[in-house]
Amino acid sequence: MNTPLLRMESITKEFPGVKALKEVSLEVYPGTIHALVGENGAGKSTLMNVLSGTYSHGSYTGKIFFDGEECRFGRIKDSEKKGIVIIHQELALNPYMSIGENMFLGNECGSFFRINWNQTYSEAKKYLDIVGLNESPHTLVQDIGVGKQQLVEIVKALAKNVRLLILDEPTAALNEDDSQNLLKLLVKFKSEGMTCILISHKLKEVEQVADRITVIRDGAVIETMEKDTDEINEYRIAKGMVGRELNDYYPEREKAAPGGICLEVKDWTVYHPLYKHFKVCDNVSFNLRKGEVVGISGLMGAGRTELAMSIFGRSYGADISGDLFINGKSVKLKSVKDAIAHKLAYVTEDRKALGLVLTNEIRPNITLANTQRVADFGFHLNKDLERAQATEYSARFGVKCTGIEQVVGNLSGGNQQKVLLAKWMFAEPDILILDEPTRGIDVGAKYEIYTLINDLIAQGKSVLMISSEMPELLGVCDRIYVMNEGRMIGELSAEEANQEAIMMMILKSSGGK
Amino acid sequence: MAKHFRSITEKYALLLVLLFTMLVFQILLPDGVSLFSPHNLNNLIVQNSFVVILAIGMMMCIASGGHIDLAVGSIVIFVGAFAGIFIVNMGINPYLAILLCLGIGILIGSWQGFWIAYIGIPSFIVTLSGMLTFRGLALWLMGGRNIGPFPVEYRNLFNSFLPAHWLNNPNDDTVFISTLLIGIAISVVLIAMKLVSYFRRKSKGYEVENIFSEMLYPVIISAAVIFLFHQLGRHNGMPAVLLLLGVIFVAYSYFSQNTVLGRHLYAMGGNAKAARLSGINTKRTLFFAYANNGLLASVAALVVVARFNSVNTTAGEGFELQAIAACFIGGASAYGGTGKVSGVVIGAIFMGVLNMGMSLLGVDMNLQRVTTGLVLLVAVAFDIISKKRRAGAA
Repeated sequence: MNTPLLRMESITKEFPGVKALKEVSLEVYPGTIHALVGENGAGKSTLMNVLSGTYSHGSYTGKIFFDGEECRFGRIKDSEKKGIVIIHQELALNPYMSIGENMFLGNECGSFFRINWNQTYSEAKKYLDIVGLNESPHTLVQDIGVGKQQLVEIVKALAKNVRLLILDEPTAALNEDDSQNLLKLLVKFKSEGMTCILISHKLKEVEQVADRITVIRDGAVIETMEKDTDEINEYRIAKGMVGRELNDYYPEREKAAPGGICLEVKDWTVYHPLYKHFKVCDNVSFNLRKGEVVGISGLMGAGRTELAMSIFGRSYGADISGDLFINGKSVKLKSVKDAIAHKLAYVTEDRKALGLVLTNEIRPNITLANTQRVADFGFHLNKDLERAQATEYSARFGVKCTGIEQVVGNLSGGNQQKVLLAKWMFAEPDILILDEPTRGIDVGAKYEIYTLINDLIAQGKSVLMISSEMPELLGVCDRIYVMNEGRMIGELSAEEANQEAIMMMILKSSGGK
Repeated sequence: MAKHFRSITEKYALLLVLLFTMLVFQILLPDGVSLFSPHNLNNLIVQNSFVVILAIGMMMCIASGGHIDLAVGSIVIFVGAFAGIFIVNMGINPYLAILLCLGIGILIGSWQGFWIAYIGIPSFIVTLSGMLTFRGLALWLMGGRNIGPFPVEYRNLFNSFLPAHWLNNPNDDTVFISTLLIGIAISVVLIAMKLVSYFRRKSKGYEVENIFSEMLYPVIISAAVIFLFHQLGRHNGMPAVLLLLGVIFVAYSYFSQNTVLGRHLYAMGGNAKAARLSGINTKRTLFFAYANNGLLASVAALVVVARFNSVNTTAGEGFELQAIAACFIGGASAYGGTGKVSGVVIGAIFMGVLNMGMSLLGVDMNLQRVTTGLVLLVAVAFDIISKKRRAGAA
């Protein structure tokens, strides 16, 4: 085989407290499609950000060679000059501008003082024809579907004379037809000599188009498979993606026989609030028994958070349909207040944006979801009671702080998470939905959170736990549901569940219609 | 000790700057002219009373998420016009007229609150529209002419001096003594309340600071209050509008710190999404902030027309900007979630002191504006920079 177009040599990238990439090496050959697969947080995006210069030279160690020369990109513009273009999962188009304007944004035709609009639109038309997108370049981006928007992103890359195109989950938001069109287009570009790096969870697609597949796990390359020479199958990839050692990080819990069903969801369908035809949750049914910890596993974008939030007083989504039963009674939760009144709590995955008021102290944060509990006559805040309660809850959850008057924004991630849990326990729920409760916190704090979950169960509460970390679900849950692309695709008991089984389930259901 | 000193200076920075500024003026002013003279202190209160009232209402909007209300100046003239029509033209009983005017204020505030909170139009646009609409309507109602004069009965409600009003046969001595007694009484109550709260917290085992740093602030304030009433006593006594200010100040301090709704308002300003996911009705809270602002703007209107004894065609012009400036100088965050009623009151007084001091020095009116503008910028820059430094240190 000829010399590689791109060679990344022992790239190591550290974030405070975490080694995101460990000695990663990658070779990509010209005229091939190279797939990168791995779990959420495996380091794929970090690697691509190193390559594109989002993380500038010097913030990582290791070397990058492109076309035989060593590259030291200080910013994205530098890598784009070389012809390396990355298309992120979240489309970065301006919806209020036309296709043509978007295509040349930051790369305008004409001079600094005068944009040549005629050239812009005639060039744009030319590129649109190449990808077979039958739209006028004057059409506003907001008026075309997601599939076409994805094509516009690709066209935008083409206009930059792309030599290495990196696509991050390009088909995540696309339907089957649009996905197939996109993949065909990639194959066509390949035959014309372009090189592609494709990041995808959908194994069927990867198998269909990729010449080489690299599996990444925990910031390291596990293996690279060649089409034709290696035997490529789902099991091998799934094992590579998740095959880490299960460590005994989880506190023991007395598994009592679960009680009756306390939360049941039937045929729950939720549409995206903006893309009205996109089903975020598709006919989802599940249940939770009293005294149980039930996990929901799935990859990013599976619709788990959206499911939880739509249940929690319709705080997400449009056109929600389906039935909800709490303790056997059919209920309609129209607002978050309703949900809290029905003893439900949703502990968000995004504690900074959706969970806490970072500029406030611990005390008001803990009482926020149930301020009435420390109020006299329904309006007067009883500050003494509030202080006493906040102190008690903060101590019960082991928040390390200088006192309840410490501002939450100054706490560590783990302690913020504990404040968030304390806040929701203060609302006195029976059913807790914990969304990624250990995201971004250190191992010690994780263990404490698991212990707190056990305490909740001991108090007779029930927990629905959403997590992208499979070992965590396996270590904590009684049952695990698996969700993918908005659908519940399976249920596993603690005994049957293991990482390979879950990953196989996900891979098999992805794009394999 | 140095750290202790810094935490006190940081906590009371604004108050210290205000005192410092007053002292600087005192040095610059020629002999015989003083900011602290009975006459000038009285004017400082009376001339700035409406800014204080408007700024407190504005602060509630800002605290709920950085929303502003550009229309308050126009609400002042609009409600003022109704006051003029009711009281001067129609001769309605002043008390009834006041109730009607407050009602109109709430209605206007609710109108703006509806568009902002429930329809989701940016507050800047809604209140810009209100600014044009209500001033236009007011001038149309007034036929482009001033309305006045107001009957003495109405004016006395806001312009009289209280001890003199209450005493049978006031002479200078009785006025002085009774005014001073009011000041002492306020100080005693203030310090007593702080002491009771301090010992109660201590006995229950809550965190308390050292008693000196806890009591420093109330003692300074009490001293200032006694001095103020001492000087006012040498003038005509306590102006009625000061009582009104005191009531509003206490009520809104209580509201912002000790009520569920007040808590929700601040939480929403700090993080609206988190507040919504905590079961707080953020729309209703925002609506309330604007309805309330309409109410306070109408109170300010009543004060203004009583003070000028007429509804002028220029009434309320630029008030909204003074109120907003007072809020930001007083330490409210432009993004919402923080800001104290006491801070805003100090901010308003600070602006008043600057204007009065410069007027007494004979500084050109236009340069006074320049100064106020720069002070606003410096105050907010100081706030943001010190916050960044603190975040960096943590």
